[in-house]
Amino acid sequence: MNANEFDVIIIGGGITGAGTQRDCAMRGLRTLLIERSDIATGATGRNHGLLHSGARYAVNDPESAQECIRENMILRRIASHCIDETDGLFITLPEDDLAYQQTFVDACRNAGISAEIIDPDLARRMEPSVNPDLIGAVKVPDGSVDPFRLCAANMLDAKMHGGQVRLHTEVTGFIKEGDTIKGVHTRNRQTGEEVDYYAPVTVNACGIWGQHIAEMAGVKVGMFPAKGALLIFAHRVNNLVINRCRKPSNADILVPGDTVCIIGTTSTRIPFEECDTVAVTPDEVTLLITEGAKLAPSLSSTRILRAYAGVRPLVSADDDPTGRNISRGIVCLDHETRDGLKGFITITGGKLMTYRLMAEIATDAVCRKLGVEKACQTADIPLPGSEEQSYEAVAQKIWESPTTAQKAAAARMGTRAARIRTGDKRDDALICECEEVSVGEIKAAIDRLEVSTLTDLRRRTRVGMGTCQGEFCACRAAGLLVKAHGCVERERADLEDFLQERWKGNFPIGWGDTLREAEYTQWVYKLVLGL
Amino acid sequence: MKLQEYTSSRHNFEECMKCTVCTAYCPVLQANPLYPGPKQAGPDGERLRLKAPYFFNQALKYCLNCKRCEVACPSGVNVADLIQSARIKYDTTPPKLRDRMLASTDFMGSLARPVAPVVNAVTGLGVTKTVLDATLKIDRHREFPKYSSRSFERWLKRRRKEQTVFPEQVAYFHGCYVNYNYPQLGKDLVKVLNALGVGVQLLEKEKCCGIALITNGMSGQARKNANHNVAQLRQAVLDKGLKVLTTSSTCALTIRDEYPNLLGVDNADVRESVLLATRFIFEKLEKGASLKFKSGYHRKIAYHTPCHLERMGWGIFSEKLLQMIPGVEFTLLDSNCCGISGTYGFKKENYEVSQAIGEPLFAQIRSVNPEVVACDCETCKWQIEMSTGYTVMNPISILAEAIED
Repeated sequence: MNANEFDVIIIGGGITGAGTQRDCAMRGLRTLLIERSDIATGATGRNHGLLHSGARYAVNDPESAQECIRENMILRRIASHCIDETDGLFITLPEDDLAYQQTFVDACRNAGISAEIIDPDLARRMEPSVNPDLIGAVKVPDGSVDPFRLCAANMLDAKMHGGQVRLHTEVTGFIKEGDTIKGVHTRNRQTGEEVDYYAPVTVNACGIWGQHIAEMAGVKVGMFPAKGALLIFAHRVNNLVINRCRKPSNADILVPGDTVCIIGTTSTRIPFEECDTVAVTPDEVTLLITEGAKLAPSLSSTRILRAYAGVRPLVSADDDPTGRNISRGIVCLDHETRDGLKGFITITGGKLMTYRLMAEIATDAVCRKLGVEKACQTADIPLPGSEEQSYEAVAQKIWESPTTAQKAAAARMGTRAARIRTGDKRDDALICECEEVSVGEIKAAIDRLEVSTLTDLRRRTRVGMGTCQGEFCACRAAGLLVKAHGCVERERADLEDFLQERWKGNFPIGWGDTLREAEYTQWVYKLVLGL
Repeated sequence: MKLQEYTSSRHNFEECMKCTVCTAYCPVLQANPLYPGPKQAGPDGERLRLKAPYFFNQALKYCLNCKRCEVACPSGVNVADLIQSARIKYDTTPPKLRDRMLASTDFMGSLARPVAPVVNAVTGLGVTKTVLDATLKIDRHREFPKYSSRSFERWLKRRRKEQTVFPEQVAYFHGCYVNYNYPQLGKDLVKVLNALGVGVQLLEKEKCCGIALITNGMSGQARKNANHNVAQLRQAVLDKGLKVLTTSSTCALTIRDEYPNLLGVDNADVRESVLLATRFIFEKLEKGASLKFKSGYHRKIAYHTPCHLERMGWGIFSEKLLQMIPGVEFTLLDSNCCGISGTYGFKKENYEVSQAIGEPLFAQIRSVNPEVVACDCETCKWQIEMSTGYTVMNPISILAEAIED
């Protein structure tokens, strides 16, 4: 068998693609995942990281709500190291209609979501950062999920099941024989190397960019890009997710995620051509802060770390050219039955929360095409790293008295933290001081998680995600990448890209301490290190 | 249901620019590699602790609370407060018997005072030190401060009448050391103030400022003391319109800054009226008051600024006051921590670190070779006397010695 032949090729290294690869690989298929950039670079890594209970959709979209709560419970089991089981509040403020609360609670219960009306005073004690003026509160099983970690764990598990991954590789065309897709032409964006891969089935899991890939294959999928902007605050202000108990609107969710918290989002329809260049506008920043402070007043005085925007892959439910019939539900298109194009499937729509279900649906479709009969197991078998339910248990098992960095590593890597080499002074040294990431942890990521740039490394370890935004860790991590890849010049350019990318997120909120920090970073890199 | 109370962040930790100057200035980090350093233990660690108390690191106990990191910080981050607050909030290990004993300075003082000669004789014995070292882990090298048979409070109460004749009045927060161990310092202050036409009163009933309770994991008791003392201060400051003086830089820092910042005890209405005696006296002299100095007085003095005094920015008052005394040959010692930090250096596990931290200071004292070292802190005094053999005097006592009787 040719090394470039597979059972299925998956295009797109977001959570849908990684999840689909895992599912396919677990069902015994030979899989290849192709991603033009890095994992989780699209909508996967550009959202709240909210582990939806489904409550937000309960009133208007009961079907999505039911999907969310089912997947919520599954992810708690299979992805414990990516998930923070915080719980969430839906608060009613004096300007909101308190009558909506009952509608909301009823809808939640109908969808199978436990929603408990609690006394506002209890809510204030449970979450001291909450707006003290609240007049109503409902507790729901929201949480937070780290999309980078989740994506990496899916990719890793696929690899452990024999899957292959080509990152920084773009599909330049399809290999077509008559009405059948036989494979793809690819080009590595870093080396320029061009390779063809073959498989009887190709899955388009490219989110909003799926429209482009479909076009390349000769079919039409109408996407409706909607930009959502978010702000990251420099530390956790809240430990419970805070939502507004009203019809979903702008900036009404505050999610605690690892060491930060995130407010969002906005929703603006944008032309497809702008998908690659979305930027956060001053109006969006103002709106996010103003509305965010209504959820937690201290946000108005908390340092903002970054602003970013993602593009939701909304898709017309069927061939509705007007876009009126937009769904956030899962859309799986078998282009053979839809367009007469064999060997090609598009999986899109949906959301981070339902990625596993999307993957299951897509994999079922792949298996049907290949005549493979094997049940999906992704809801039952934990992801690598999630074999223990808590990071405390992980850390205590690996180390007798874990240091803060070891505890932090256990929280990031789950049971895989056992792979970190420790005990040696050099391995224990910290690369990232803000997030406490050791040399050993970076090395473990480079070894197993397909790291070629500093930005890749950031997505896998949180290096550069802390308050200093790469000021101290970037150059240290670059040193380790030089050792791994053996090229100083390449790493120098990478370091510049990385810092530029960090500044891009700082720029829209570039005032106060964030600006001081950025200025200081500039001194360090420009004046001291001569970059 | 998960109730949580760990989301509020104080002490300006977000203003940290990660410049690491605090780490460069931390005296502990250079002597003890187990300590994560002020940046790591302070603003960096705080972000993780806000995520979950699990990320609290026991190694924060190695912090001296000398506050040199705060003096060094160009961004106004209260690094030491962050560290001490984290210890108060997250460290649930109950204090050991030894730590309780070391921390209860006023209780131990009131026990020891009636039998002071016996206690002093016993604590001075080599065999006692060996036993304390082995059982309680109080380092054998340490000299316990001697207890006095007569408390300072009793001494001053007997002179209440003669103090009331002075037109101007101040209240004196003497602290445990003056009351139980070294009343002479209090007497010296009374002498100097009386010479300036100022009478001295006691607070109705003062309790230990509580610093040793805070650093030994007994913040509940410390908060009780703080509330009690602030009520006492209000009586003196608000009702009687008095300034309240201390002769201990650490008592002053604790009452002014640790009460609101670490214990959450509001002292805003009295804070500005609590002063170190040298500042009060210096300001009086600046305004035209004068003291009559002995003729032919001569002292070669090396002045050590206690860390807590440096944090308050008041070292200058003690320096200038000493330099005003005719016949004083003055050397300002470099800014260094002596390493004892109250009860820290008494603990066996800290002894070596404590001495290593103090060594640059000790070496400079030896090379200056003064007749006496001046310093406003009693625990610096014990440390320097034990480690160098030089006598250490509070600037107030030097002043009292230099003025005419």
